[in-house]
Amino acid sequence: MNVRVVILAALAAVLGAAAAAGAETIAITGATVYPVSGPKIPNGTVVIRDGRIIAVGANVAIPAGARRIDARGKIVTPGFINAQTQLGLVEVGGERSTRNSSGRGLVNADFRPWEGFFSGSAYIASAREDGVTTVGIFPTGGLVAGQAAAMDLADGTAAEMVRKAPVGVVATIQTGPRFTSDVDENTAGDANTANGGELSAPPASRADALAALRELLADARFYATRHDKYDAGALRGLIASARALDALLPVVQGREPLIVEANRVDDIDAMVRFARAERIRLVIAGGAEAWKIAPRIAAAHVAVLTGAMNNIPETFDRLNQRQENAAILRRAGVEVALVGNEGGGADEETFNVRNVKYEAGNAVAYGMSHDDALRAVTLAPATILGIADRVGSLAPGKDANVVVWSGDPFEFSTSVEHVFVRGREYRDRSRQDQLIERYRKLPRTNN
Amino acid sequence: MSRLVRALAAVSMAAFVALPLASVAQQPAPAPAAPASPGPTPGPGAVSVPFADPYPSTYVPFASQATLIRNATILTAAGPTIRNGSVLIRNGKIAAVGANIGTPADLVLVIDARGKYVTPGIVDIHSHLGDYPAPGMQAHSDGNEATNPNTANVWAEHSVWPQDPQFPRALAGGVTTLQVLPGSANLIGGRSAVLKVVPARTVQAMKFPGARYGLKMACGENPKRVYAQRGPSTRMGNMAGYRAAWIAAEGYKRRWDAWNASHKGDPPPRDLTMETMAEALRGDIYVHMHCYRADEMAQVIDMSHEFGYKVRAFHHAIEAYKIADLLAKEGIVVTMWADWGGFKMEALDSVRANIGLVDAAGARATIHSDDPSGIQRLNQEVGKAMFAAKRAGLPVTEDVAIKWMTINPAYALGLDDRIGSLESGKNADIVLWDGDPFSVYTHAEKVFVDGALLFDRDDPKQNWRTDFELGYVRSAVRK
Repeated sequence: MNVRVVILAALAAVLGAAAAAGAETIAITGATVYPVSGPKIPNGTVVIRDGRIIAVGANVAIPAGARRIDARGKIVTPGFINAQTQLGLVEVGGERSTRNSSGRGLVNADFRPWEGFFSGSAYIASAREDGVTTVGIFPTGGLVAGQAAAMDLADGTAAEMVRKAPVGVVATIQTGPRFTSDVDENTAGDANTANGGELSAPPASRADALAALRELLADARFYATRHDKYDAGALRGLIASARALDALLPVVQGREPLIVEANRVDDIDAMVRFARAERIRLVIAGGAEAWKIAPRIAAAHVAVLTGAMNNIPETFDRLNQRQENAAILRRAGVEVALVGNEGGGADEETFNVRNVKYEAGNAVAYGMSHDDALRAVTLAPATILGIADRVGSLAPGKDANVVVWSGDPFEFSTSVEHVFVRGREYRDRSRQDQLIERYRKLPRTNN
Repeated sequence: MSRLVRALAAVSMAAFVALPLASVAQQPAPAPAAPASPGPTPGPGAVSVPFADPYPSTYVPFASQATLIRNATILTAAGPTIRNGSVLIRNGKIAAVGANIGTPADLVLVIDARGKYVTPGIVDIHSHLGDYPAPGMQAHSDGNEATNPNTANVWAEHSVWPQDPQFPRALAGGVTTLQVLPGSANLIGGRSAVLKVVPARTVQAMKFPGARYGLKMACGENPKRVYAQRGPSTRMGNMAGYRAAWIAAEGYKRRWDAWNASHKGDPPPRDLTMETMAEALRGDIYVHMHCYRADEMAQVIDMSHEFGYKVRAFHHAIEAYKIADLLAKEGIVVTMWADWGGFKMEALDSVRANIGLVDAAGARATIHSDDPSGIQRLNQEVGKAMFAAKRAGLPVTEDVAIKWMTINPAYALGLDDRIGSLESGKNADIVLWDGDPFSVYTHAEKVFVDGALLFDRDDPKQNWRTDFELGYVRSAVRK
């Protein structure tokens, strides 16, 4: 058997397995179904076939031969989406060798972190068994960290797990230690760009950061029509590499959002004005003090990624951080995706990507409606990440990322009973489950 | 008079006027007032004596009213849940708890708690509030004296900033007592401070009267990372470092015990590092050891036998479930997170059932925060741990889980005779919850410290705001 035959055979086996998993027809019956894109359906049915949802409703004919899951008394929702994580980019935070979230410079718009995603992460299974089926992965470091992506928590290689990439370019208006840990904040600005040439030190202040972002977009537009001159060495100095400026083109053309980490109300307001002036799409990440200008953010159609578990004046950028932030924004009409903002082990960390459901529970405890909170971990992040045509809601034709819960998805007492990603049911046990099983009964001997 | 004004008045009293009653109960420092033989009489600061208390508590309870909370579901941490029960608070103490305790005529405040829960105040034995206050900045980085692997000489209370805005937020989460520890950079980090979560101008006015000090020690990756260049840089180096310190402390203790018994001649030189460690060897100070891995905890247990001290509590204890039987046999408290891990190699094996598995093996299990945000939701953390334990097949009830955040941590501090459960005669540290405390939707509605209502979710204007927040924070804890 020659090499090509072996490869073809292996490919056939993989495709066959995928087809077999996807080909199964499943009918989840009797549940309270939350499609999110429409009102809840008591005693509803969801039918999955070939990896897709083919029917959702109260009076749905169940195809012959379908595997039935009796979900009476249960709740069915779209798979949850944690829109801002480091899953697969950072496995063990304290170990540099397992960190793959950063590009090498200050403007890394061309950095594509999903290409370094770790499909063997132990936290894929633990997030999935807690009802998370898609995550946003965000690069970190620099003024422009790189491009974000959406990954489905399905079996496969990094490339196979990509739901959509890129989904936007990530930048920050914050200064100081938020840049990479390798850059001494005291040197910020000492060697900043002068008279053209690449940005060589972090912005020295927030206004300097804003100026640098402005110049970046200007140079991206400038360079877009002058590739020939650049190649001929006849172009003035640019603030970033040609590759980075190329990667910003979808942002200046409005095809992808600029996702900017900003927390102080003035910074958020400045970014909203900046986005209007530059005619770009904007998403605010962090957004600690966004509640103060919620109506203006809503009017500008700017989405916000924020959490509901932090009320600490942690820095002078976040003095008015409060747990009601997400609820106030939502009531004003802002598209809000709930992500971890607690620090100290919350769902912004790889280990607890799974806990985004508790972010939603806390959002409800601090004023958000249950329906809005459910949207904020399903359809809202799907919309912000540009994948709402495929996931984030339960409707015929959508990819079958579906979860069956024993009760209210946001409660500690609730368990995930079934989880489907791209139509396949996952029953694998996480590394943590295996550890519990191993030590649940301690050995009788003293070794 | 507003509660805040009263509170401030009480603080002033404590600082300038009142002799703190509670200090009477403290063990007196046996200062060498009457030397047995002629010789130099050293000043009190020059001698090293057991139970010395040179920075005493000036805490005085805030004014309280005779209060009855009735029709509540009461998790007492001392017995089965009481449905439709009442708690009577009088003179800052719990006067009665039960299903039928009547309604005394002299009540000032009656709270109808239909549909609500009452629990003891939460005790968090692992916090850095005040030592790493908000806003987090270099000027506020007072939690790790990372200048020597052994800094048993430092005292966490000397770093505590009473105006840390994280204190009122912890109180709003139902935490009434906490232990502030030095960080884990060092093998031996220094003394802890056991504090009441109350508004105060000085840390002395927050100190829990009569509470023992703790000694923070740390295993594993943190010290070996911090001292990689000059050592210890390995786990075996860590162990050698602790052992050398205990050997020195044993000699110091012996010399001082002899001098304290005779007062003959010049006292030995006083050494703050050795003094704290000698107190740990005497059992007057509790050893609180940050340790993640099961195998390291087992090594530390052997070391405690080698030198004849007790480990009062292992902190973080990510792998405690692997040696829960050993920890139970040794009578060591284990304090854990519900579900934080993975951030370094020694935290890799974190499981949500850890607390339940440790409890099931018969060891005293507790929750801890080690975090200014997590400290506000320890009830939620216990909820997570309780349901994870149930999923692992353990028969955990709310009556057991409530102990993880109340009486068990109180025991770890040696304060279980005063706080941690709802029983007659105990301090009235009480939380009224607006629902099941193990639900994600529930808030602490009212928090009493020694019977005084210090947090009321329904009365945000009266709630404690630190000096820092004035003019900076316009959205303090509010409904």
